[in-house]
Amino acid sequence: MTTRSGSVSESEQVLIVVPAYNEARNLGPVLRSVRAAVPDADVLVVDDGSADETGAVARRAGASVVCHAFNLGYGAALQTGFKYALARRYEYVVHLDGDGQHEPSEIHDVLRALRAGTADVVVGSRYLGRPPAWIGFARHWGSRCLALLTSRIAGQWITDPTSGFQGCNRRAVRFYAQDGYPVDYPDADVLIMLHRAGFRVVEVPVTMYGRASGRSMHAGARVLYYGYKMMLAVALAAVGGWRRLGREV
Amino acid sequence: MPSPSTVTAVLAALLVMGLIVDLVRRRRLREEYSVLWLVTGSAMVVVAVWYDPLVYLTNLIGLASPNVTLFFFGMIFLVTLNIYASVKISELTDQVKTLAQRLALHEAAEREGREPGPRAGGGEGEERDGEEDVP
Repeated sequence: MTTRSGSVSESEQVLIVVPAYNEARNLGPVLRSVRAAVPDADVLVVDDGSADETGAVARRAGASVVCHAFNLGYGAALQTGFKYALARRYEYVVHLDGDGQHEPSEIHDVLRALRAGTADVVVGSRYLGRPPAWIGFARHWGSRCLALLTSRIAGQWITDPTSGFQGCNRRAVRFYAQDGYPVDYPDADVLIMLHRAGFRVVEVPVTMYGRASGRSMHAGARVLYYGYKMMLAVALAAVGGWRRLGREV
Repeated sequence: MPSPSTVTAVLAALLVMGLIVDLVRRRRLREEYSVLWLVTGSAMVVVAVWYDPLVYLTNLIGLASPNVTLFFFGMIFLVTLNIYASVKISELTDQVKTLAQRLALHEAAEREGREPGPRAGGGEGEERDGEEDVP
């Protein structure tokens, strides 16, 4: 149950998952902020085959660490976190990026929405809160178009389908842990899959900062691939041809 | 006396088949993938020495010449093969991902002495009776 300040209580069994790839420079402050915000939650860093000291930094910060032997992709790293949570029967999982773009104190907002029992997945939306850090013309409008398309298919207004700050309950974790969860960019396509499988999704406003340092995974030619992948996912969903993660296990 | 082009085609087909057999012998190619290539090599030999079916097929589908027919079907065959290879690669990539995840989770569990889990301990009397099966 929640305390007055909204902190995680002893019986909540919350796991904070932070997927990280070459984030040694940003990870320390992020983990300290997470620890300060939710001292009773467990923190797991999934080191996705980093070449730097990401894993060591995470351990020094007191987080549990799962290390991929080589880089598998953001989605696969997240899924490893879900599998970890599933094996250890955590009730709620909240994941946020390790690059300092998200505000750890807002984990409480995500958890509050999950605990209310009206949602299986809570998406932290940068478009519901204060104006987000400027991400560039193409990415901004690409993101808006994707939001529109996703909302049309999902039948509910989703303002930020690309958010990396989300929370989910154990039922959704079990769904995510299946084969077929996207290994690269689990965004709009996952929300569409959730909708098709009957999960309840709500959004809460969150703050979005610019990266503390380093290079975003949405950079260079990968932006084009990202756009292609999302459009394909949306198109497949629109024609009802999506077969992955079609059922809940 | 066979024409030089027939001899060339037959030799090329035999070369391909010889290469396939050698790759299988050296365990560089699995038997299941060799079948397709040996059948292809055999088809090349048949077409080289017995031209009539190719001419018949050319007339049937209205192509300009047997050469075009050969290239047309050759192209379809190679494209199909590439798609098949892409599907296989996708399948293998998924399997590698799953294995890498399992390895990473297993290593983490060993490091933690299999004492992980919610620190809250799930409270007394709750169903904390072991780990849930993970895909």
